[in-house]
Amino acid sequence: MKVAADIPSYVRCRHVCGASLAASRCFKFRRLVKEVSDEELFAPGHRGCAGCGCTVAMRLALKAAGRNVIVTHATGCMEVISSPYPETAWRVPWIHVAFENSAAVASGVEAALRALGRKDVKVIAFGGDGGTVDIGFQALSGALERGHDFVYICYDNEAYMNTGIQRSGATPYGAATTTSPAGKRSFGNKTFKKDMPRIAAAHGIPYVATASVAFPLDYMEKVRKALSIEGPAYVHVHASCTPGWGIASEKSIEVARLAVDSGMWILYEIEHGKARVTYKPTVKRPVAEYLRMQKRFRHLTDEHIAVLQRYVDERWEEVFGGD
Amino acid sequence: MPHRDVMHGSRAVAEAVKLCDVKVIAAYPITPQTHIVEDIAEMLANGEFDAEYIMVESEHSAMSACIGASATGARTFTATASQGLALMHEVLWIASGMRLPIVMVNANRALSAPINIWNDQSDSIAERDSGWVQLYVETCQEALDSVIQAYRIAEHQDVLLPVMVCMDGFVLTHTVEPVEVPDKEQVRRYLPELRLPHALDPEHPVTMGSLGDPNYYMECRKQQEIAMEHALRVAEEADEEFRRVFGRGYGILEEYNMQDAEVVLVTMGSVAGTIKETIDMLGSDVGLLRLRMFRPFPKEAVRRALRNAKVVNVIEKDVSMGFGEGALMTELKSVLYGSDIRILGTVAGLGGRDITTEHVRQAIERAERALRGERVEEVAWAGLKEEAL
Ligand SMILES: Cc1ncc(C[n+]2csc(CCOP(=O)(O)OP(=O)(O)O)c2C)c(N)n1
Ligand code: SF4
Ligand SMILES: [Mg+2]
Repeated sequence: MKVAADIPSYVRCRHVCGASLAASRCFKFRRLVKEVSDEELFAPGHRGCAGCGCTVAMRLALKAAGRNVIVTHATGCMEVISSPYPETAWRVPWIHVAFENSAAVASGVEAALRALGRKDVKVIAFGGDGGTVDIGFQALSGALERGHDFVYICYDNEAYMNTGIQRSGATPYGAATTTSPAGKRSFGNKTFKKDMPRIAAAHGIPYVATASVAFPLDYMEKVRKALSIEGPAYVHVHASCTPGWGIASEKSIEVARLAVDSGMWILYEIEHGKARVTYKPTVKRPVAEYLRMQKRFRHLTDEHIAVLQRYVDERWEEVFGGD
Repeated sequence: MPHRDVMHGSRAVAEAVKLCDVKVIAAYPITPQTHIVEDIAEMLANGEFDAEYIMVESEHSAMSACIGASATGARTFTATASQGLALMHEVLWIASGMRLPIVMVNANRALSAPINIWNDQSDSIAERDSGWVQLYVETCQEALDSVIQAYRIAEHQDVLLPVMVCMDGFVLTHTVEPVEVPDKEQVRRYLPELRLPHALDPEHPVTMGSLGDPNYYMECRKQQEIAMEHALRVAEEADEEFRRVFGRGYGILEEYNMQDAEVVLVTMGSVAGTIKETIDMLGSDVGLLRLRMFRPFPKEAVRRALRNAKVVNVIEKDVSMGFGEGALMTELKSVLYGSDIRILGTVAGLGGRDITTEHVRQAIERAERALRGERVEEVAWAGLKEEAL
């Protein structure tokens, strides 16, 4: 991606305008594309699966952040695939300590930068959904509440993937994982996804956003905004996982996009308490379409699908109003 | 200028933190450590020195924040005890594995259950394999001085390991003693600014905490072991230099009344004071060997100190359950393997049970009976209420 002039007219702006506008004509899109660095700070050659959506979340966040950043990371897929000694995908200073403490480590980094008079350096903490909504919940809550100037990015692939697809608090209703398998007496995961962005927002922090790897400009702009705002920011990026979701590698982004277009995932931001939807699908696609593309949902009956559709409709109504 | 004052052990530690120009402090309350972080908070509130003070939400996060801060190149401090130290267990190994010169004071306290806030040393002894240098102090003065020495050891380029200064909870933390507070400029000269060779810095990006597969892991551990060996030498040098600059030192172990002693009591921490008192009171020719450094274990120095001993009785505030004796006793047996020294043990003071001069006298008597060739219990529990078992 270099200059907007290179963008063919059939590329639609998915940034704010949905499918209505050719990207080359959208000024916001053009500005962003121009500003996006072509420097790869998350280097290729890592060991992520082909089609991994989560690596996209790493790469784009660093494009938005630039070089002047220190990254802390929770144990999980992205940590493991990016840092097998003596190789590393990280061209910025990076530290992984344990599974549940990325936010606490970031607190220390941020405090040290302040103590050493290096206010120019930004801090990003990454964690998977397990490392964020489950085991790292307390450390995250503490760091948000204390007001550290950092950005926490949860890349949410909706299960513990690194250990072989076990359910987490972010696993959606009905998804089959190895600890919530579908069977004669089970339809998969029995609970609904923990609403982590809202919990983060309840800390009264200046910036919270949801994002998706299928909407790269929207995501990058949110990361950039999160970094520019003083104080803690939380970005929750929905990111596909090919083996975990049971999808073909070339479908990875398509499925992630359908999550948003069906309302299973909603893109918004809350800036200083003011919520704003950043993308409204022009056509609301049926949840069934999204589910059918993934092996983890394949066992679901019409009844379960109807439950999920109702869940989505309620949230859609709440966010977008009647449709 | 150095000045003398009377203060609690906790205050003495806070004074040391202030003197050392610590940049980042992570704080979480737990008895009997709390006064340390409270005193530091008060000093910061009064503008006595400048540091970032992170009031974390758990000890796990306290150590994690220290790891982050230390990895960024800042001098870092935290303090804990007992349950807090146990909660840190996971990250203690990571701090040492990442070779970060964090200094932590552990106010030794018993572990639950039953919950007990009083002193023993099971908490830090349980962490003896975590790759931290461990110092055990006898007095409030030594606590202050050891924190300063700890940074010098931890930050030495041949070491780069975290150091835990262990002080007996209540017995030292809550006890008022006369303490000399060194001069800040002198401390600055003794303790140059931290230079962490692998610090996180956008100018020189490094990857820390990477995956070490079976091809690499063992070498990391061996390097840590080598750093531990260096720590032994560096600690001795740090103490000698400390003596030169400040006029007092401690060695990595202390010998008391050891000339020609055939019976020697071995211990760590504040109970050494009671033991010395008892020896003096009885006019006994029994010696005392106090280990100030438990990790790395000063094997050679211990062998040398005990070369004339015939019977040793280890008085310690911990027990390795299922092994029937304290860890120090076991380790001493290992260090003295092949010698004729008879090694006895005394488990004492668990959960804050008082260790009295009478208990010490009994320990001496048992050792002396062994010296005369009488049969004695190998391990005794001092002050145990047999009738309550
Ligand atoms: C304290 C602790 N418990 C469990 C593990 C094992 N573990 C490592 S990664 C992981 C799953 C990570 O899941 P998530 O945070 O969702 O990241 P993902 O792998 O899906 O990217 C687990 C359970 C660990 N490393 N540490
Ligand atoms: S398992 Fe999933 S999250 Fe992990 S590297 Fe593969 S696609 Fe990415
Ligand atoms: Mg996950």
